[in-house]
Amino acid sequence: MGEFDIGNSVPRTEDPRLLSGGGRYVDDIDLPGLCRAHILRSPHAHAAIRRIDADEARAMPGVHAVLTGADYAASGLGTIQAQLVLKARDGTPMIRPPFAPLAAERTMHVGEAVAVVVADTLAQARDAAETIHVDFEPLEANVDTALADTGAVPALWDEAPDNESFVHRLGDRNAVEAGFARAAHVVERRFVISRVTSNTMEPRAFVGDVDRSGRHTLYAACHYPHRLRSGLAKDIFRLPENRVRVIANDVGGSFGLRGGMYPEQILVLWASRETGRPVKWTCERSEGLISDHQGRDNVTDAALALDAAGNFLAMRVRTRVNIGAYVASMAGGPATANLGTLAGTYVTPAIHVETAGVFTNTNSTCPYRGAGRPEAAHVIEQLIDAAARELGRDPVDLRRQNTIPEDAMPFRTGLVFNYDCGAFEKNLDRALEIADRAGFEERRAGSKANGRLRGIGISNTIERAGAPSQERALLRFDPTGTATLFVGTISHGQGHETIYKQIVAQTLGLDPATLRVAEGDSDALSIGGGTGGSRSATLGGSAVLRASEKIVDHARPVAAHILEAAEADIEFADGAFRVAGTDRTVPLVEVARAAYVPSKLPPEIEPGLEAGAGYVSRVENFPNGCHVCEVEVDPDTGAVEVVDYSVVDDVGTVLNPLLLKGQIHGGVAQGLGQAVMERIVFERDSGQNLSGSFMDYAMPRADDMCGFKVEANPVPTETNPLGVKGAGEAGTVGALPAVTSAIVDALAPLGIDRIDMPASPETIWRAIRDVRR
Amino acid sequence: MASFKVNGRSVTADVDDTTPLLWVLRDSLNLTGAKFGCGVALCGACTVHLDGQPVRSCVTPVADIDGASVVTIEQVGGDRIGRAVQEAWVEKDVPQCGYCQSGQVMSAVALLRDNAAPGDSDIDEAMEGNVCRCGTYGRIRAAIKAAAASLS
Repeated sequence: MGEFDIGNSVPRTEDPRLLSGGGRYVDDIDLPGLCRAHILRSPHAHAAIRRIDADEARAMPGVHAVLTGADYAASGLGTIQAQLVLKARDGTPMIRPPFAPLAAERTMHVGEAVAVVVADTLAQARDAAETIHVDFEPLEANVDTALADTGAVPALWDEAPDNESFVHRLGDRNAVEAGFARAAHVVERRFVISRVTSNTMEPRAFVGDVDRSGRHTLYAACHYPHRLRSGLAKDIFRLPENRVRVIANDVGGSFGLRGGMYPEQILVLWASRETGRPVKWTCERSEGLISDHQGRDNVTDAALALDAAGNFLAMRVRTRVNIGAYVASMAGGPATANLGTLAGTYVTPAIHVETAGVFTNTNSTCPYRGAGRPEAAHVIEQLIDAAARELGRDPVDLRRQNTIPEDAMPFRTGLVFNYDCGAFEKNLDRALEIADRAGFEERRAGSKANGRLRGIGISNTIERAGAPSQERALLRFDPTGTATLFVGTISHGQGHETIYKQIVAQTLGLDPATLRVAEGDSDALSIGGGTGGSRSATLGGSAVLRASEKIVDHARPVAAHILEAAEADIEFADGAFRVAGTDRTVPLVEVARAAYVPSKLPPEIEPGLEAGAGYVSRVENFPNGCHVCEVEVDPDTGAVEVVDYSVVDDVGTVLNPLLLKGQIHGGVAQGLGQAVMERIVFERDSGQNLSGSFMDYAMPRADDMCGFKVEANPVPTETNPLGVKGAGEAGTVGALPAVTSAIVDALAPLGIDRIDMPASPETIWRAIRDVRR
Repeated sequence: MASFKVNGRSVTADVDDTTPLLWVLRDSLNLTGAKFGCGVALCGACTVHLDGQPVRSCVTPVADIDGASVVTIEQVGGDRIGRAVQEAWVEKDVPQCGYCQSGQVMSAVALLRDNAAPGDSDIDEAMEGNVCRCGTYGRIRAAIKAAAASLS
């Protein structure tokens, strides 16, 4: 077994480059004749556009073009389309108002693009933009999720009088009502899952380059290069797909942000077409906070029914999801795709959920690390805590009593999903052990003696990963015997290069230093599934494995020829072909070189050595785990300190423990951020974003994190050849409820039984003041 | 017109005096390792060394650095501490997306120049201005300690 094999903590091969200035992110790209774009954005949450006067701007030095919404309408180009078309309340297709990349007659949120200026330099473009006069007539706006469909605020679109785009229902309503009817106890809560945003360290940036042949090339850090290629070709530019190319190089984080189609992607390509020059646009931080797709933002009313013994009977959930002013390309996903995880790790036999997507005068929402899973976990785990408190039960015992036993697998849950495997109670037991829950009361007493409130929070979590879809990989040797692996996924920091090299190196016995991994260029592969929904190890990894196995098949005739033996007698092991039962061998690398010398091959063997493989997942997998968080609260200031954090995670086969733990750490940090400090805040009447800079939007920093204890409890799944489950989102799913639970537990002795997110010092201080009054 | 050294080479920046150093590095000198993250010194992605001290190049006007010596991520591995930090970063698997890591490394190298054996609070204080959305803070702490150990 090689030290690079899967299962080993192999340091990442991408790191030396990234740590010496060798990363290649979008703003690092320069092209001959590159122009810069600046976008003029709406300062109003809702306003009619009466007139735009851009004559002065067009005459400014260095300016190549000023383009407006009217110009776009006249161009005949298409509008951004929703990927997932759900149903409206009356069963007709969901309400999808036209979503053009520039507002023409009306602007629907602060930050909506109104005009784009293209100039030789960014300074020239910005100067010119300042001279554009837009005559706005402000209109009444609503940014509040809870108010959107109440009739108390104006309808944003004539076709949606209740501001409702879609309604999605799942589960057996009658069974749920029957469960509630025979319940001994019902616990009900409203949860406001705050709006947060990815704030990737690399701001969004795009370069559009339309060449003289009319080929459209977009450089875009994104999740789905091929899907973006298809969308731009089909929906926007109405071109054959081979006339559009999308290239993603290094991606400076995403967490969902870069999943959808953005107006600026269309604008740089359109502007390039209009000016005959490549055009780059790089978002500024404050600009991103008002124009990036954001995450979460829902209001959920949920209830759990229990019998007298504490068995869960049924759960009922109604959610309003703020989708923003338009239906973005990824809008429906987080609201609907992962609702099944509301079942959690529990046996709850009947669950019904209704979720409605509502319009507000805000920027669009999209999947954000977890995309519905952390929200679901938060709802079920907080309900269980509330039930335990009201029934006087130990929250661990109540969970254990209702946990799906390992021997019940595969288990059909009360809502949508069939869990194939998992050892949930073992996760719980081990997490409590490494968190030393047994010693918690002593620690709590110690904190109390120091004037501080200590709390512990537990969340059992499950998520859905690797949803049914396809992926493609191509492994191509060159005449010198080195190889390039193309995969249709794209890393935003997950370390795909290293993981994929491990799979290839192990399968083919190759020196990893001879491998190069290339992701993100839509020209390299016919199709690619991209990266999102914790799918890359499952689908990308399986496609890479298949492609590697096919290389052996393709190389076998060449090896047989070299070894002067029958193909049937050739075996492959440890990087070499061997004539069975002999010591006559030839290394794969040598076979690869020979494959490119036709003069040395018999005519029936086609020269070259490469193998493409598609992999289709028919079912998802279910990573799961248990998080235990311990916090201390300063009752005088409301400040929370996370003092201990333990995770036991089952992501199936662990490909690389080092990278896995990094994903869990990052996921926990992101859930913790939402739980205690992050929030996008809109001013109610004006609709202005009050959290529009790093001064106002709190990002987790070095001193906000404690050390994390992370252990694996792998139960490999049989649903893919590697046995892997997703890992990218698991940390966030567990952290949002675990941190919140710990804070509520700390505050419970004061009579506080819930806390809104983020549990900032102000929120906690106010909650303590309110109960002491 | 400001003249200064970048990674040991003399350069003259033919730009407006108020132009931030970051854009001279990235746009004029093709040194794209220092990153734009916020433009107002609130995230640390643009951190470089100015006469050995970590500064945010996004708010450092070139006119202010006439005669100074700038070192960027492209050159920081040229000395012992810089190399040790880069190696520790790989060993502890710090980077994820990598975008903020140029700045993180520059801040860490400056810390280790001043303090050969920093504790947790020294590290938090020195690194608090460098934001990482991938949440690599725990590993940054471990890597700084590992680099310190390898240098002692």
